[in-house]
Amino acid sequence: FADVEETLKRIQSQKGVQGVIIVNSEGIPIKTTLDNTSTVQYAGLIQQLVLMARSTVRELDPQNDLTFLRVRSKKNEIMIAPDKDYFLIVIQNPSA
Amino acid sequence: MNFISHGMNHVEGGWPKDIDHENMEQTIRFRKKAGKNEAYISSILQLGSVMELCIRQNNAIDKYEQYFEDEEEEEENHNAPYAKTMNVLRDPHQVKRTVTSLSWSPDRGRKLAAAYSSVVFQQTSQLSTDSYIWDIEKPSIPEMVLKPPSPLVCLEYNPRVSYTLMGGCYNGQVAYWDTRRGCQTVAYSSVEHSHKDPVYKVIWLQSKTGTDAFSASTDGQVLWWDVRKLSEPTERLILDLSKEGNLGGALGGISLEFEITMPTKFMVGTEEGLIISCNRKAKTPAEKIVCTYDGHRGSVYAVQRNPFLPKNFLTVGDWCARIWSEDIKESSIINTKNGVSELMDACWSPVRPSVFFTVKMNGVLDIWDILFNQSDPTLSVKVCDGGLYSIRVEENGRLVACGSEKGEATLLEISSGLSVPQKNEKSLVAAMFERETKREKILMGRQREIRLKERCRSEQSREEEVVREDGEESPQELLARAEKDFYSMVEVELKRRRKGKDLIEEQVVSEDKQT
Repeated sequence: FADVEETLKRIQSQKGVQGVIIVNSEGIPIKTTLDNTSTVQYAGLIQQLVLMARSTVRELDPQNDLTFLRVRSKKNEIMIAPDKDYFLIVIQNPSA
Repeated sequence: MNFISHGMNHVEGGWPKDIDHENMEQTIRFRKKAGKNEAYISSILQLGSVMELCIRQNNAIDKYEQYFEDEEEEEENHNAPYAKTMNVLRDPHQVKRTVTSLSWSPDRGRKLAAAYSSVVFQQTSQLSTDSYIWDIEKPSIPEMVLKPPSPLVCLEYNPRVSYTLMGGCYNGQVAYWDTRRGCQTVAYSSVEHSHKDPVYKVIWLQSKTGTDAFSASTDGQVLWWDVRKLSEPTERLILDLSKEGNLGGALGGISLEFEITMPTKFMVGTEEGLIISCNRKAKTPAEKIVCTYDGHRGSVYAVQRNPFLPKNFLTVGDWCARIWSEDIKESSIINTKNGVSELMDACWSPVRPSVFFTVKMNGVLDIWDILFNQSDPTLSVKVCDGGLYSIRVEENGRLVACGSEKGEATLLEISSGLSVPQKNEKSLVAAMFERETKREKILMGRQREIRLKERCRSEQSREEEVVREDGEESPQELLARAEKDFYSMVEVELKRRRKGKDLIEEQVVSEDKQT
């Protein structure tokens, strides 16, 4: 439990990181550093995106699997690290 | 069986049935429990490390950076530089004279004034004294003929007043024309007060009235004139390095330099190879000569400051061209290799700080771009068979006129590569000159150190000698002693001979007595 906290703290302290969210496979945000509304929005939208991305990769090559997803936008970058049951979302603004 | 089909508005995550997602307490409790899950911990740790790597990557470098998004497409000029001959303006006279000086008219260079004279010693008798103003569009016949009292060696348009010209004659007079008034001279200086040798260069000064000019000649004088009263020069400077105003020991001036941005200073290139820098505003004539630069092995035919970097100037003479920095007097900061034939004239390009033009006795025009290549000219063009004596670049940097010994003034057009300024050119050239100046300074400093050491050492050894020979005599005493020694030696020898003779006589006498 302590390690998890430490990890998250480390991530949060990196330059440009705006928010960190941990979501479980059902779309429930377990841990978050953002406010509730944004968290829920991110969790719901990103879950759909991850599922879509994963199925795309799987379909192109069944042996392959999604390891990481980066969505770069004008204002920031959303990085998603997916796992079997959870995924970790980090929003970073690299030029900040 | 009833089937209902309806969409789902996913606003809140898939909470288990028993938990009301509005209820804060319940959700927090659920979350805490989930946080204690084993699988959760291990997976988050693993995901965390992956994520950290990517975050760090982002911070380290902006992967999606747009390179060169601000730069416009640069027009790459890959063409080789060229100089195209546009026109040749020939001396209409039978007996061809050398084009010794050229001057573009200040109003965008539609006209070219050329001075014709003979540089060969004492050949002036049959030559006509005319010089011409040509319209470059009409090469067959000169637009105006100028008739000076004696052939013109140099001719200059007044850069301010575009219809007046000043010329220096072979016999030392200076003459003034106003083209509105026709081809006769409006005024010329009196023979007694002018130079005693051909006037090799005349330059207009920047003054309120626009009527001042100064001239240099090999008779050792630099004279200032006001064109309204040419009977006498307004000021006189004798190029005597010993600062005594001794005309006999003066150096002959063969080229002049004047930069409008530095109105009190000017430079004179001499026949003896020295370049003298002078200050016009000095109080006494002795102070007028500020310093000299030991330039070339022969006459310095041209001196010109770089129009963009006036602290550096170009000189040509003997077989090479040299670039100098004002501060370094001992040597030039950049020199070209010695060419095959003598360089007769040179000038900087008025638009590009790194380009200059030189003309040689073998009829070749060299264009040098020192940012591109310092050891060879960027472009060499053989303009004519005879020697080229003068060159002048027009204000826009594209047209070049050069004058040959056979009386032809050739007009060339320079390619845009050499006449269009490049980006940062001025700062690059300035940096290059700085670097070379520093190198020279360091070398000079080192030389001075070595010389100082030598001097110290020789002084020391001399002191030791003096200590050893105490009672050293002065030269007079030495002489007196030597004389004394000599006479005493002679005396001794004479006495010996006399004694010898006496002895022989005695012997003879005694022999006689005996017999």
